[in-house]
Amino acid sequence: MRLLLGLLFTLAVAAVVGLGTTWLALSRGAAFGAVTIGAWTAWPRSGTRDVDPYARATIARSGELPIASGDGVAFVARTDDGGRPLDGRCSVVVSGTTPQARFWTLTLNDPQGRLIGNVLDRQSFTSQEVVRHADGSFDIVIAPRTRSGNWLPTNGAESYVLVLRFYDTPVGVATRAAREAPMPTITESCS
Amino acid sequence: MIRWLLWLLAGVLLGGIVHLVAVLVLPNTATQDAYSRLLPIAPVNAVAPVPQPSPQNEIMPFMDPAVAIAVCRYDLSGGPMKLSVPLSPAYTSVSFYTRRGIAYYAINDRAAGRRQIELQLMTAAQRADVPEDEEVTAADRLIVESPSNTGLILMKALAPEPGLMPAARAAIARATCQQEAGPAGTESR
Repeated sequence: MRLLLGLLFTLAVAAVVGLGTTWLALSRGAAFGAVTIGAWTAWPRSGTRDVDPYARATIARSGELPIASGDGVAFVARTDDGGRPLDGRCSVVVSGTTPQARFWTLTLNDPQGRLIGNVLDRQSFTSQEVVRHADGSFDIVIAPRTRSGNWLPTNGAESYVLVLRFYDTPVGVATRAAREAPMPTITESCS
Repeated sequence: MIRWLLWLLAGVLLGGIVHLVAVLVLPNTATQDAYSRLLPIAPVNAVAPVPQPSPQNEIMPFMDPAVAIAVCRYDLSGGPMKLSVPLSPAYTSVSFYTRRGIAYYAINDRAAGRRQIELQLMTAAQRADVPEDEEVTAADRLIVESPSNTGLILMKALAPEPGLMPAARAAIARATCQQEAGPAGTESR
């Protein structure tokens, strides 16, 4: 009887630990080989054959297709440079310069990867259409209410992520430091 | 007391194994992975345009709204595939994925360097069957080797401004992917 109880206890612990950690790891999007520069994180290995099993499982679960290494690289930001989660009711400014790439696009998604509707029907900016300063740097304001200049509407969504994709770029698996890939700063101000 | 701790330890170890097996098995059992999502709109061995993502409807999460995509769902069991993608004005790329979403190759318009991206896709076994032809060098024909029989080819054209999206979609729509009947070496350049 004690043997049976012990076995049942072991199996129960195994199920909870095994499936619980799996669910935790995949819902948080665990993957190895992350390249983090400021608030931006990319997993360039996910676009190659060296993709790790956690990334593969996350991708299979979400239904997305990672951008291939020969195509480009995608950086994701869920917080600003100070660690505050991006909130659509506040005003977030993405400013500065970007690493070398033929084109880049900045897209606003909800945390599940869907696009958020708004009055302008604009959910992204490309490197070609963004209005720049004389030195080539830019400011993109991501806020719920109209702004002059480059404005990306949030429509008041409480939580969102920014995806910065570089196409035809040397940034990738070998990138380690910010000086190789100067990413724009993200500053959030809630009033 | 010690006995229960031992049972607990056994449970945690077994849980670790369960965790690893679950992570490794999951891609093979996923019903909502990218390949399954594209199945309804993508006939096998043909180019199908992928609808632009919108807030109401997107076929996969985290799609780039500034990029027009067409997909060729390939099956090499009937022979190698020949792919031809015309270049769009701004940026064109072709990416290759296995059935489980692993990107094993990609090429963009700068690497292709011609008016269109043309290449052949075949398995390792089919490539070994390609006869050696002294007149055709490796530079004349680009052969991509697929690790598996089935997978996806994603053809992308970037629209630098929203007004240029129709041109990007039109360029991608003219792409072709077709299965070659017979040995791959019978065509001439």
